[in-house]
This record gives sequence, C-alpha cells and structure tokens, in this order.
Amino acid sequence: MSLRGKAAIVGAWEHPTRFAPNKTMFQIMAESARGALDDAGLTIKDVDGLCTTGVGMGWMGLLGFCDYLNLTPSYVDSTAIGGSSFVAHTAHAAAAIAAGLCETVLIVYGSTAASQRFAIGTGGVAGGGEPCDQYELPFGPTTVGSYAMIAQRHMHDYGTTPEQLAEVAVIARQHAALNPDAKYREPITVADVLASRIVSSPLHLLDCCMISDGGGAVVVTSAERARDLKKPPVYLLGAGEAVRHTARGTRDFLEVAAAQSGRLAFERAGVSHREIDLAMVYDSFTITVIVTLENLGFCKRGEGGAFVSGGRLRFDGDFPLNTDGGGLSSNHPGMRGMFLLIEAARQLRGEAGARQVRDCQIALVHGTGGNLGTRHSGATLILSNQVG
Amino acid sequence: MAAESKAYAKPLPHLDEENRPWWEALKRHELYLQRCRDCGATRYYPRALCPECLSSQTEWLRSRGAGKVYTFTTTWQNATPGFRESLPYVLAYVELDEGLKLLTNIVDCPPEQVRIGMPVTVVFDDVTPEVTLAKFRPVP
Repeated sequence: MSLRGKAAIVGAWEHPTRFAPNKTMFQIMAESARGALDDAGLTIKDVDGLCTTGVGMGWMGLLGFCDYLNLTPSYVDSTAIGGSSFVAHTAHAAAAIAAGLCETVLIVYGSTAASQRFAIGTGGVAGGGEPCDQYELPFGPTTVGSYAMIAQRHMHDYGTTPEQLAEVAVIARQHAALNPDAKYREPITVADVLASRIVSSPLHLLDCCMISDGGGAVVVTSAERARDLKKPPVYLLGAGEAVRHTARGTRDFLEVAAAQSGRLAFERAGVSHREIDLAMVYDSFTITVIVTLENLGFCKRGEGGAFVSGGRLRFDGDFPLNTDGGGLSSNHPGMRGMFLLIEAARQLRGEAGARQVRDCQIALVHGTGGNLGTRHSGATLILSNQVG
Repeated sequence: MAAESKAYAKPLPHLDEENRPWWEALKRHELYLQRCRDCGATRYYPRALCPECLSSQTEWLRSRGAGKVYTFTTTWQNATPGFRESLPYVLAYVELDEGLKLLTNIVDCPPEQVRIGMPVTVVFDDVTPEVTLAKFRPVP
C-alpha cells in the first residue's frame, strides 16, 4: 500500500510567541491545537488521533495532555526522536488514517525552553542512563560540539569554508526580515557571523540556532475529508525515516540519516529532485543544512558548501530554503520539525506573504533529531498542493 | 588543609555487570576492544552481544592505543559542572589503528595545535579511585 495522496495537512498554526514566561507548556500546546483546528475549520471534537512527543511533559506526557484537553483518541503516537519527531508523526498519522485506525490526527508541540532558561545546545548532553552514554558523557560532549565535529571533518575533507557555512545564516536572517513573527530580523553579513564568538570550533554563535519559546500544531486527515475543509489540502506524497549512530565504532560521520530517509521519501512520492520548489531543512546549525542537502541528494557529497552559496537559498533564488527564517533566525524551542511542516503548508497554500515562493507546488521537509555526531534521526516528507 | 584534591565534578560512567570488566581493565591502564568469536566483527563500546549477529561469544582484544584524530572540536561553552571550569577543552573522535572510532579528549596539547589526521596515543587518566578514562595525546 502506498501512502501517496492518501492524507493531507488541513490545518497548520504556528504560535506567535517567542518568549512566554507567563504561559505553561501545556497552555502553549492547547493554544496551538486551537489555532490549527480553527485553520482547518474543525473542532476539538473532530480529533480522533493524537501525536506529541511527551518530551518535557512529565512521565507519560501524552496521557497528561489528553487529560488536560479531555481527549479520548483512538490512535496515539508519542514517537520521540528529537526535533524530527513531528515530521515522523505526520507520516505515522497518514499511515494510521490510510489503515482506517482514525480519521483526523492532531500533531502538537509546545515548549518554554527560553523562559525556563534551558541550555539546549551547550548544557551538555541530556541522558546518562543508556549504555552509550557511559563512553561519551565523561568527555564533555555538547549538542553544538557534536555538530561542530561534523563541520570540522567536512571542512577537512572538502575544503568547505566558514564563509560558506555563514551564508546559510545570512539567508535565514534575510528571510526572517520578511517574517513578522521571527525573533531576529536585523540583517547580518558573512563578516558578522565570522566575527561572532566561537561556541565550539569551527561553529560561531551565529552558526547556531537560537533558544526560544514556542509551539505549533498541524491537523492531518484523509484526502477525502480534506476536500470539504476550509483550506486547500497539503497532500503527503512520500515519507521516509532513518536513524544513524556510532555503528559499533565504524560510522562514516558525513553519511547521515537523511541519505536513507530522503531516498525512501523520493521513491515513494515518485518525485524527482528537480521538481522540489521549496526545501524546509532543519537548521540547528549551519552545517546541518549543508550536510543534509548532500545526503538528500540535491548535490554530491562535499559540494554542499558551494551549493548553498551565491544567494541560491533565498525565497526568490534557485533553491528556496527555510523561508520563515529557520531556527537560526525565526524560532527554536528545541524540536523545530513542527515549524518546517507549518511553513511548508503556508508556502504550498500561497499564504507566505512577502516571502512567498513563486508557483510553489512541491515542498520537501526534512527534520533532524538528536546529535549529528553521535546519534540522530532523520524524517523526510514530500508534500504538495496537488496529487499529480 | 586536606591533602585530597577537590572532588571530581565531571560526569562519571555508571558501571554495571555488562561493562565492569572493561572499566576494570582501564584501571590497570589497558584499553580493550571486543571481537565476535562467531562472525569476527569488532566493536566499541563494549556490550554483551554482537550487534551484527547477536552472538554472545566475545573475545577481548587489547588495543595498542594508537590512532589518529578523526575529527574534533574545541569546546568554549558547556554549562555542565566540571566542564564549565575546564574551558576550553578538545572533544574528539580518535580512529584507532584497529579501525574503530571512539569519543575522547585530546590532552597535553594546546587546542589550536590539534589537527585531523594527527597521530595520537592513549593516556590513562585516573580521575577517581574507581574510574580511569582513556584520553589521547599527540605522539611526540
């Protein structure tokens, strides 16, 4: 059974907050659910499936959220694989809908990482209980350090430059300037990125995503139901997911989960790389974008630095990417996959205003979760406003 | 003033029945890898079963402790107790001559002199009476 065209995103809403010391995580989630359901023209009573990660929500957080909103879903999924989780949830929701397990799935996220002063990237790596942790945590890994080691190796092997990495941050900021909700909207230059302090070499502060509060939700339903709703459907054409880890000590660290998840998503969607009008790619760090684009097959391994250069990633360039400003400039409450989905939906519906990609019909969404240099997940979706 | 040094503040490994022999060998300043007696696959970190074939038949291979820096980062920010007082420090993957990569620190070398491909050798750091960590320093 193929999932192609079986389900669609019919509601998408990004919480405008970037700092919410007066709100709780569950409140942000509930407000996001309301926003996405309103956007779809549905009510909370229409929801019979729920996906959320449970991360930071307490022990068995999905149950707590069902209690909070008095939900009694017939399908639940709290796959928690880091920032890519919501991208994976979307595929899981489509599969559940296609299999008849439920009809309308709410996928929801909220976080108060900034107001709780949670050091996502530089607080050391969370955990400690897994076997692998015993051989890593004593040496002081951080999230940014994990990605920095990928950048260092990429620069060594392929001559990728700090300027090429900085280009990703500069374009993100240009897009943020066109997004009224983005947190950082003042223009920056390559020189500004290179002049910012080193957090973990070779990554500068402006190579790193921010920490914000935020939330969002999407609603997924059957293609059939989607036709009668308020907004144009955003169909799921193909999906893939994958994990990469230390591979018993044998890993090639520049081969990342996107290689596997991307290949599956393209095959299942029956779409070629040239047909992608917009790429929404998790930009935890500038290097994440470069390595992900290579592994998704948009360019050859080692060519990512050149590929992102020359303003190509602008919304009006050859290869529009992260048009909302990304985690580098719009928002990053810890698990950004949700916002990749929401911006893709806005673009495919023609709702992106000043940053609208012209004639945007097919979008690729790729979430990375975890740490690229130790263990991470990748989830890829190909979405379209039509089923060809 | 007490003779003992300040308490060791960095995270320590949790020793259990599965990994204790490996950590006890490190205390003796011996670094080991594992090899599956059935399929021959080597592995790091130690674990009870071979991830390739799920065999429990394991032999221990003594590593020469020599290798090269595969990649590294100089860490300038880490809020973790112990590390926040030790900035900057070098986090690295070393690829051992036996072919496996392990996460470690490069020590006895100014961070700005660390390079990918640099030959390194193991140095055993007895951080507590129970725990020794395998770190690496440049080969002179």
